[in-house]
Amino acid sequence: MADIGGAQETGKKGGKKRRPGRRGVVRVDMTPMVDLMCLLITFFMLTTAFSKPKIMEIVLPEKIKKEKEKEEAPKIAKSRTLNVILGPENKVLWYTGAVDDPKNPPPLQVTDFSPTGIRALLLERNRALFRKIEQFNNDVISGKIKMPLDSIEAAVTRLKKEDDTGPIVLIKAYKTSNYGNFVDILDEMSIVGIARYAIVDINWIEEQMVEKTLGITPGSAQ
Amino acid sequence: MPKIKLPTKQPFIDMTPMVDLFSILLIFFLLTGTFRAQEPAPVDTPFSISEKPTPDFNNMTIVFSSDNRVFFNIDNGPDTLLKFRPKILECVGQRFNIEFTPEELRKFEKYNTSIGVPIEKMKEFLNAEDPSLREALQTGIPYDSLNNQLEVWVLCARQINPAVMASLKGDARTEFPTVRRILDILQDKNVNRFNLVTSLRAVKVEDTENK
Repeated sequence: MADIGGAQETGKKGGKKRRPGRRGVVRVDMTPMVDLMCLLITFFMLTTAFSKPKIMEIVLPEKIKKEKEKEEAPKIAKSRTLNVILGPENKVLWYTGAVDDPKNPPPLQVTDFSPTGIRALLLERNRALFRKIEQFNNDVISGKIKMPLDSIEAAVTRLKKEDDTGPIVLIKAYKTSNYGNFVDILDEMSIVGIARYAIVDINWIEEQMVEKTLGITPGSAQ
Repeated sequence: MPKIKLPTKQPFIDMTPMVDLFSILLIFFLLTGTFRAQEPAPVDTPFSISEKPTPDFNNMTIVFSSDNRVFFNIDNGPDTLLKFRPKILECVGQRFNIEFTPEELRKFEKYNTSIGVPIEKMKEFLNAEDPSLREALQTGIPYDSLNNQLEVWVLCARQINPAVMASLKGDARTEFPTVRRILDILQDKNVNRFNLVTSLRAVKVEDTENK
């Protein structure tokens, strides 16, 4: 047996008394080893990262460098255009259409990044496409549509391409907005499944509109 | 009547199963985890619903912190024998007429966190023994129009490794004009596809209107 402690019977046979604990299996005290293991595990748990950081892909259109090409800027329908301006302090401002008269700009609506804010607005405008994508995803999950996993993404992209009712979102950033807002709004685009959006530089009329709506004096904005 | 003599030995707990368990845990953590790279500046990445993992190689990362410092990082390529990092440093050095010794190039290859050192201070940075001194030199790569070193880094990275993809890893509180400036620099070098490094956050969208 493994036990070689003092509990062994001693000297029943004859006169010779055996000292306890001489023969048998040697027991190694494992406690320091356990201590060491604990330390190592703690160390590895603290220094390793289990989840790799995720990435969000964006593709920006190539910069137009030649003057000649500048004339070919794509024309978009005014009725479908939704201008989203990222404002300071996580505010989002939006208006539809375009600024026709700089002296009398359309009113800006102020909202935020909560589910009832900009998402509800985008969802309402993009409901047809959103439902189509949702329906498609459900069909794939329930097995109604059978297709290899790697072509699902392409199929969704095709659905988006075919869509011609959803809004065309122009994302503009006011100078005091931050990078988090920028990623948030791109994220909203993928959540709601907006087919067409672009990142556009803000112009001075819109800057003034933001300042007027939020009551910022231009000098103190920096 | 003689007293019953109880054995006076200590109870002995067998630790062997515990060691077995801990070994298994240790092996598990060793195999599943990857080392967390130390960033020279604290960066709280924004959240998104994207589930794509970051690529393992062919990835240049431009890190920007909320104090508008810009760092640059690039991996060694799919094979460490390719030694992209020292080649890129050599290329950047040539453009600023700085010659790096093989020893310095080797140090740069091993130093695998983001670099935020102006190229003039790079020698000092690589030869510094003291980590706190190194940290003091991480003032960010200059990226203004007069001294645009970020542009040179991007250019050299793309020359040495044409398959490289650009990742942007930024603090959520960085002001947008800084981001715009970095995007412009990259677009000037014909990099139009970006990976924004984000943390995963699940979102459930409720379609409120009845179907």
